[in-house]
Order: sequence, then structure tokens, then C-alpha cells
Amino acid sequence: MNAAPSALQNKTSVISLGASGLDRGVESSGAPLVRLQWQPVGDGSSEVAWSLAQLVGDAGDADCLGSRIDRANAEVLERILTAQPVWVDVAAHASEVWPDMGRTLLHAGPPIAWSDMCGPMKGAVVGAILYEKWATTQQEAEQLVAAGGIRFAPCHEFGAVGPMTGIISPSMPLFVVLNQTTGNRAYAPMMESGGAKTLRFGAFAPEVIEGLKLIENVLAPCLKAAVAGIDGGLPLKPLMSQSLHMGDDVHNRNTAATLLLYRAVTESLLKSSISRDLVHETLRTIGADDMFFLSLSMAACKATMDAAHGVPFSSIVTAMARNGVNVGIRVSGLNGQWFVGPADIPVGLFLPGFSEADANPDIGDSAITETAGLGAFAMAAAPAMVQFVGGTPQDALRYSREMAHVTIGRNPGFTLPMLDFIGAPVGIDIRKVVDESMRPVINTATAHKEPGMGIIGAGVVQAPMKCFVDAVGALATVAAR
Amino acid sequence: MAIQSSIRANLYKDSVSLMRISQVTVARTGVQRVTLLMGTRSNKEFLQQAGLMSPALESAKPGDIMIVVADDAPEKLAAAEREIHSLIAGEEPKGGSTESAAEAPPRSISGGVAMADHADLALISVPGPYAAAEALKALRQGLNVLLFSDNVPIEQEQAIKRVAAQKGLLVMGPDCGTAIINGVPLGFANVVRRGAIGLVGASGTGLQEVMCQIHRHGQGISQAIGTGSHDVSSEVGGITMLQGLELLAADAQTKVVAIVSKPPAPDVQKRAIERASAIGKPVVICFLGGEPAASAGNVHRTSSLEETARQALALAAPGQPERNEGTIEQLATRVCASLAPSQRYLRGLYSGGTFCSEAQTIWRAAGIRARSNAPLAGVDRLADVEQSHGHTAIDLGSDEFTVGRPHPMIDYGVRIERLLKEADDPTVACIVLDVVLGYASHPNPAEILAPAIRRAKAAARAQGRELPVVCFVCGTDSDPQPYETQKAMLADAGAEIVGSSTGAARSAQAIASRMAVDDNATGRRAMQGGER
Repeated sequence: MNAAPSALQNKTSVISLGASGLDRGVESSGAPLVRLQWQPVGDGSSEVAWSLAQLVGDAGDADCLGSRIDRANAEVLERILTAQPVWVDVAAHASEVWPDMGRTLLHAGPPIAWSDMCGPMKGAVVGAILYEKWATTQQEAEQLVAAGGIRFAPCHEFGAVGPMTGIISPSMPLFVVLNQTTGNRAYAPMMESGGAKTLRFGAFAPEVIEGLKLIENVLAPCLKAAVAGIDGGLPLKPLMSQSLHMGDDVHNRNTAATLLLYRAVTESLLKSSISRDLVHETLRTIGADDMFFLSLSMAACKATMDAAHGVPFSSIVTAMARNGVNVGIRVSGLNGQWFVGPADIPVGLFLPGFSEADANPDIGDSAITETAGLGAFAMAAAPAMVQFVGGTPQDALRYSREMAHVTIGRNPGFTLPMLDFIGAPVGIDIRKVVDESMRPVINTATAHKEPGMGIIGAGVVQAPMKCFVDAVGALATVAAR
Repeated sequence: MAIQSSIRANLYKDSVSLMRISQVTVARTGVQRVTLLMGTRSNKEFLQQAGLMSPALESAKPGDIMIVVADDAPEKLAAAEREIHSLIAGEEPKGGSTESAAEAPPRSISGGVAMADHADLALISVPGPYAAAEALKALRQGLNVLLFSDNVPIEQEQAIKRVAAQKGLLVMGPDCGTAIINGVPLGFANVVRRGAIGLVGASGTGLQEVMCQIHRHGQGISQAIGTGSHDVSSEVGGITMLQGLELLAADAQTKVVAIVSKPPAPDVQKRAIERASAIGKPVVICFLGGEPAASAGNVHRTSSLEETARQALALAAPGQPERNEGTIEQLATRVCASLAPSQRYLRGLYSGGTFCSEAQTIWRAAGIRARSNAPLAGVDRLADVEQSHGHTAIDLGSDEFTVGRPHPMIDYGVRIERLLKEADDPTVACIVLDVVLGYASHPNPAEILAPAIRRAKAAARAQGRELPVVCFVCGTDSDPQPYETQKAMLADAGAEIVGSSTGAARSAQAIASRMAVDDNATGRRAMQGGER
């Protein structure tokens, strides 16, 4: 059963890690030498290091845990790469999609109780209650929640994703995206126009509720008609791919994608029977917001990553989401478990008059784009983005290169011109994140920590290592069984 | 003394880098004491013992640097701490907006494999608690492993050696200090020519001494395979030693095999000898410190490093020069002539653990009752490692001297301190020092050691005594620190230079025997000298 030792058969070529100087002889002998810039894995715990080592794949041992994980991950990668997200419909109300949601509010990120929610999310909860007319004042709304009258659940657990606070209430219309390969659907609310005064940043003033009504009564029916007029729906992957070539990361920059969407719906709206005024109102709304496409981008990524979820043994992250307090991840081979760690404050530029002291910790489900290999992972496509972090176009390339260290593949559907059209890195492997001690990077907007103050900046943030370390521990336990 | 502590989170640096930062900080700010350690449990215990632990450091993780500065003048502390932080920062890779980021060194074994030219071996010297994990990752990716790290949990050592054996890969270590694989020196290694003698062994400096002697006699080494110090225990079962024998048996260049090891567990010893008997090549076995054993068939048993080298040389090419016992006797006679009657005891201050064992073996066989911090069977344990007592052989490379400090083969500070302390002891007849050359060792040991020897001898002379210092140099003319130059510098400082570790221990033994036997005679002679 033991193989004959073969240490002397090949030319000696050395990888060196640890104390400096012990490889001086190797260097002098002229043998090939690679020195690692070694750091303890993950959070620096030696127990985690040993668990992780049990999960490493072995080309010569198909039965070892790591090799089983590698095979599961190959299946996951296949599902990600073959996903075909198509915008097929608009649900007039969320309650159409989930008829028994009752007084449920969906929110961004991993599960969180009302008492633990950050300011913007509490504000958005109040706003959603006012919008649903479950209460008429802020005080009544807060009493209703405190009395347990509202059920909360993560959007992610309903096949949905919401930007920033990510609140979805039963009356809100939703984009519907179908993954044609696997038949699963994903949902996202439409972007409100109005900048700071939006529910997604926790505002609930009367004009915010008016804006939500406008979406429900004007935008949603028009876009439903528009998509119905596009034969077979609007395939999103080609549109997003093209946007990358036009300078978007389809997370924090959606200027090109929004224009492409505008082009697609204009003709459809004009040939529909919708009144000219409503068509105008719809196009004005889309045209006024460079980020309008983000909802569809997120839903497309969610439809893709949900199809990749649930492959036993897989160590690939299928959701990465933030509720303004914690970041949570889900892993394909670990059922629906959330692994959470404290959310950081994004690093980047602040609008005049604001500073880090005003910033809320990272929030929103939009990191589903990074999970699917876009956003910061495709930063090389969007050099304009790095201005937020005071960087140069070279930094944009660096993000995309670095994230290749924590992913298992590249997406030939999303190519990066500046990196010789190589595919964007995709498939975050919790093993690699911990092994490389490299946290996934997320492009994001920064919200004010007080409800309704809106966006105060933009930049980048990294998911906390704790999520990945805990997930590695859980996978080691599950896989060993 | 005022103490200030802080943590630099999430940055691992090896102990050598931290030592260097400490030294530079002391030099630049004049602060009295700087201690930089990673936040491991054992390092915290060390700080506790040293009275340097503080609540501020409790939360330090193993991947955090603990910073402690101490000085009688509290106003110096802040400047020292600033200096430390700037030195730490200065060593960090430069971030920013250049293409260099693209070629940033890989951080993981898999990153290294992706970048390397058909990587074949991982040289791992990360802290022990992390080392087996890195080794396992390397094995899974098809690499052989040299594990320099020590303090690896035994069950992890067993686990990685099992995986390695299944895959036909070699794990040299844990606690493996040296190896030469296909001519590539790894860890602490001397520059020796390639040749027909293959070595395998659990004794790092023992392997170095044998290979240097072989080289100095004009022959060479095919391979030198270190096993690490735990391999020959019954828990591990000599997996690497047996694999090493297998490799040398199959290696066409290897004509003669030599094993240098501390005595293996009985079951391991039996298996090793059985295997050695069957490989169809002459095998010289030195289980240093074990029971003498008779040679049989192709297996030649030896009991010292010098004998091992000579036997291997003779088997590889008959007609080697004979040992010259006369020189040892001459040296002893000459040295003893100038000793005072109080000078009766030997003090071996070794940086190589194997040399400390060999000295104990030789002294024990001669009936000299010695003490050691690393005692062999039949040798007493030194009650206080800081205080020699009677005949004493100290391994300064053992844990009690190396926590938070570089190995004495790299940093001579502790040894020089001890040398000067022994020079003050009127009962000392002779000091034995090893000087190990080669890669990873101090770049110019004689440059620091020679003045220290002069000082020690002068100090003794000021008290009316001569202090003989017997040195041997483990090295070759091809080492980065040339052998002849190093020897000449030490001889110039008045050291007695002996050609081998074995010869040095024997010379000391001959001195001790004379001083014991000749007690009355030398006493009288010295008294007469005193009266003149």
C-alpha cells in the first residue's frame, strides 16, 4: 500500500517558507527556489490550520476529503459557468411570489433581530410598514415591531436579493430573473430614484413612500409590459458581459448596463399600448439613475449562485451578504447555514461634509455580484471605479489578479480586456480564502449610519475572515463524517 | 524598570526578523530591553516567567506581534515603540499602484507550486503548531518535505508521515536541521563535494560533522537525508529512516551508506538493522550514545562520529590514513603542564546537540562523571542550566536557551556570555567549543568568538590561571566561511584546534584524566610555581 520513495528521481526544486536564511544553500546551489511570504492561515489559529490541511485536494488520492471537495467544486463551477439568467417578468407584488408571506419583511444580509439592526435598516423597516399601511406613524410602526407584529427574514432565504437595507415588503414589485439552465428564479426590488431619500438608505419621509408608490403603480406595470414585449425575455449575461467591456463592474458602476437596458426597453415600451406619459415617466426614471441596472445584475447573480448551492462537500461560497452589523456567507456544501462576522466600514471617498465617523458598517445583498465573480472581482474592467479608493488603473488590475488567488475558476463569459481578455475570477473557495489569508474584496456604497441620510461615499470593503474560518471548521466536521 | 506593551495585529514575522528589529531598536534608541514575540501561548508563558507579561498582551493571537519595551527611564519607551513600529512597517511589502503587485510573492504552498519550476520539495520552518499543516498541504501537492520546525504535535507527525509513506514521499523532520538532496543543501548545511557515500540520520550536527570529515579526506556525499529527532521513536517507527535506506539502496551513485542517529527505540533499531543488512551495500551505523554493538556482514557498527567517517571512507576507497592518537596525548600533556591544581573540570559549551551527546558518550566511557542539560543514560541532569557543576556538557541549542532567541549556531551571544562566566570559575580545566560553518550558520563565527576567547583567557590569567579552550570547526574549505581561515583566527586567539568533534571530546577527556590522576603531583608542582 505504501509507494516506493521517489525523492531523488526529480531535479530538486524548492518552495521555502518560514525563517529566513535556511534556504541560502538552495539559492547558492542554483536550484529553483520560490520563497513564500508566509503568514499563519486565516485568523492565526493552529487548529484551523490543521483542519484546513485535511481539506486539501490530492491528484494522487481521489478518495481523500480534499479530492471529494475538489470534485464537488468542479460541479459547482460548471453550474456557475453554464447559468443563463434571463429577465423574464416583473411581479406586481412580492406577495404574488410568496403568497403566505403575511407581515414578513425581508432584509439584506444574514438573519438579524430588530433590536440588533443598524439605524438605516430600522428606518427602512419603519418606512416599509408605513408603505404597507400597517401603521401610520413612526412610533406606531416601532411599537408594532417591538410587539412582535413583524416577521423578519433574509432576502437570500427567499431566493431574493436587495440593495443596501434590502427591505422587501409584500406590496413591492420585484424583477423576476429565470436561470434557464436550471429553471430557478431570483428576485430583486427595483431601484428607487431620489438618492438619499430612499428606503434602501433607511429614509421613510412621505416623499419616500410616494416614490415606492410610483414604482408600484407606474414603473412596475410598464416594465412588466416592456419585458413581455421582448421575445423570450432579456438575456442578462450577454448584456453584463458587454457592460464590462464598457467600463462597468455591474456592482458599483452600472452606467453602461443601465444604458443597454434603456435601449432594450425603449423599443418594447414604444410598441406597447402603454400611454406616452407613462412610457416617458418610466424612461425618465431609468435614464436618471446610473445604478438602475443593479437590481437586475444582483438578481442575475442570485439566479446563478442559487443554482450552484447545495452540492454536498463543495467549499464554494454561494452568498455573501451584509445587514449593516454582520457579514454572512453561505457555502454550497453546507446547506443553508450562515457563517457570520462583524462588518467593516468601507474604505474610500466620502462626499463633502461626511467622514468615516458618519459611516454605517457595510450593508446590502449586492455582494452577490462579487460572489458570482463580478464587482470587485471584475474591477480590471472598471478602472474608473478605483478613483473611489484613490488608486490608479493598475490597482483595478491588482484587485482582479488578487481575487484569482481565492477563486477556483475563471468565467469565459465575463472577460477583462485590460488583462488580455482573461475571464474574471469566479467561485470563492473558503479553503483558499483561509489558506491565502486573503479576504474577498467588495465594491460598495457607504451609507450614513443615521436612517435616511443616504449615501455618503463609496469604496471597497473586505468580508471578515471569521466567516471563512468558521465555515472551514464546519466543512471539516461535515466532511469527516 | 518601566515596561510598556502593545500589539501589532495580524502580521506574522519569524523570530530572526523580530530579533533583528529588537537589535536595531536598541542600537538606535538606547532603550534597555526590547522583546518582540508572536502571540503564541508558549511565548506568553515565556513573558510571564520573564516578568514582562501585561494585561495588554492577553488578547494577542498567534498571528499578532507582542511588543514589550523596558527601560529605567520611562521617557525612552515611546520613542522605542515608535522605532519598532516603523521598522515593522518598513519591512512590509510596498502596496500601491505599480505592476510589482503582479509579481508579489505567493503566500501559500499552492501559490508557490503554481509559480515554481516543477516544485519537488518544501523547506518548512514556520512555527511548530502550524508546521504539520503546511507539510500536509505540500504532500498533497506531491512535494517532499524538509520540516525544520520543532514542537510539532506527535499525532500530527504520525499523520503526515503516514500520508507521505502512502504517496512515496519523504518527510525529513520535524526538527530536521540539515539535508543534502541531489546536491542541494537544505537548512544548516556545509558545502561538500558529491561522491559515493550516502548518509541518513536523526542527528543534524552529527551528519554535518561526518560529511565535513568525508569531504576533508577528499571524498564526497551522494545524498544526506535527515530524519528529524523524533523519527526513531517507537511512536513514529523510523518511517523516514527506513525510507532513507530505501532511497540510498536504489541510488546508483551511493556505494556506501552511513547512518548517524541517537539510539532508536528497540523495535525501530531492529527494523533499521534488518533493512540495512539487506540493501546489498556496506552500511556504517553509529547509534551515538547507545550500547556498543558488534559488526556483522555488511553492517559496520561505530561509536563516534570520527570513526563513522573513517569507516565509511575506508569502505568507499580503501587505504585511508590511520588515526593519530599521539596528537591527543601530546596536547593533553602540554596543556596540563600549565594548569593549577584547582583546575579539574571540563566544560563543553556546545551549539550542536549531537556534539554534546558524543562528548557525554566519550567521557562516560572514560569513567568521567559529567552533568548535562541534555543527559544521556548514566549522566546526571544539571540542576540549574545556567550554572555548571563539576564536569558539564551543555547543549545551548536546546529549548531552554532558544525560546525567543536565534539558535547558538547563528547568534553566539549566549555562548560567549557562558564562556566568560566559566573563565571565572577556578575549577575549570578546559572548555570545549564547537564552531559550525556552512549555510544558515553565523556568517563569520571566528570574528566574534576569537576576541571572546582572548578575553576569557585573559580573565583567567588575571586570576593566576591558564584557561585552555579546545575548539573544533565543523566545516569545509568550500563553505561560505572558509574552514582554514576560521581555524587560523581561532588558533591566533590561543584556542587549541582539534580536527574533529570526537578528537575534541577525547582531548578534554585526556586533560581531565591527567588532572584527576595527577592530583597530588600537579598540586605540588603548582605550589612550587606559586612560591617562585
